[in-house]
Amino acid sequence: MTAPALYGLCGAALVGIGLYGLLAGASALRRILGFNVVGSGIFLYFGSLAARHPTLAVDPVPQAMIITGIVVALAGTALAVAIAIRLHDETAPARPPGEAEDRDACDPR
Amino acid sequence: MTAPLAFDVVLGVLLLGVGLAAVLARDQFAAITLFIVYGLFVAIAWVRLDAVDVALAEAAIGAGLSGVLLLRAAGHLGHRHEIATSPSDDSLWRRLGTATLCAALAGMLALLSLSLPDEIAGLREAVDAGSAETGLRNPVTAVLLDFRGYDTLLETVVLFAALIGVWSLTPDQVWGGRPGLKEHARPDGVLASFGRLLPPIGLMIGVYLVWTGADEPGGAFQAGTVLAAVWMLAIMAGLADAPPVSRVRLRLAVVVGPLLFVAVAVVGILVGGFLVIPTAHTKTIILAIETGLTLSIAATLALLVMGRPRRPA
Repeated sequence: MTAPALYGLCGAALVGIGLYGLLAGASALRRILGFNVVGSGIFLYFGSLAARHPTLAVDPVPQAMIITGIVVALAGTALAVAIAIRLHDETAPARPPGEAEDRDACDPR
Repeated sequence: MTAPLAFDVVLGVLLLGVGLAAVLARDQFAAITLFIVYGLFVAIAWVRLDAVDVALAEAAIGAGLSGVLLLRAAGHLGHRHEIATSPSDDSLWRRLGTATLCAALAGMLALLSLSLPDEIAGLREAVDAGSAETGLRNPVTAVLLDFRGYDTLLETVVLFAALIGVWSLTPDQVWGGRPGLKEHARPDGVLASFGRLLPPIGLMIGVYLVWTGADEPGGAFQAGTVLAAVWMLAIMAGLADAPPVSRVRLRLAVVVGPLLFVAVAVVGILVGGFLVIPTAHTKTIILAIETGLTLSIAATLALLVMGRPRRPA
């Protein structure tokens, strides 16, 4: 077995692992983490196809598309995290006294 | 088994092991730490696949920025306040079913990749023929900014849209204010020392990455990420404060790259079509676009990680 084929199998397995985290994660952050594992698995799977040819160098077109994908995945992650934090701020129960001067002390809300 | 292949097998096992541990870890903080380690292993895998540009992007964005983003969020949400998304469907059977379906999908993907022929030539030769005309020696940069310029243009728009999305979650009272809380670091502590030591080095690496991007691995996205990290480090070490998002200079920095790109695309209509870059000046124009993009990407990525405004300007 060649190295690209090996990483292609890794990518396939990572898609499965990440998808489980995305579906069964216990909290919003854990699901976002799973989403990122799915993404890197897909990239690895795709990128391994670009490196399969034994004599030619690695195909640059998939590489460029994967770099684009990595940046777009970060944009999605940041938006998802921001929504999770806002949701938490809206719905979190009031904190017990003694915990009040917490990280959010200067938050006007 | 040859030595390099043995290395690949070990790396593959580590990759799957750490990825699985990150997804299954009981503790949220442990999960995120494992995810950062996982990102670094993925970056090494990209080096092994001869895709150094992707490795740089993965290490900087996938492991670095995503890791900081998740850690900051975990710090804000706290352990006891994890938003439970699935309080009732925690039954063993349901989890087993989900795991089986995920494993089946992974198995199908694996079979598919094994069934493909080894001799996929791809577009390598076409890109090489095109790059020879443009004078760019890094084929990945040629694809990103010349042959598939649309992708990169739209990608910067996606980043911009995500930033608007994050900012629009701001409550009215603090609109236009500063993201995050004022950071304090002990002046003789590790964070403050690194905050003084690393930024000059990071600046130099960032400028080098964008300058060399036309010919060697590197480019606007990798350089922008490094510069974003430098800025965030200075803020986290208490050396600078996060800027209010209403500041005009900040907003200009966010849009200068995409605007320059659109301007070049429109001027291209005069010489042949939308986004057509005249062959004689490709390298100069692409370096100019990359410089503008680097500034915008650095500002946008850092602002995305810092999150929405939380306190008045």
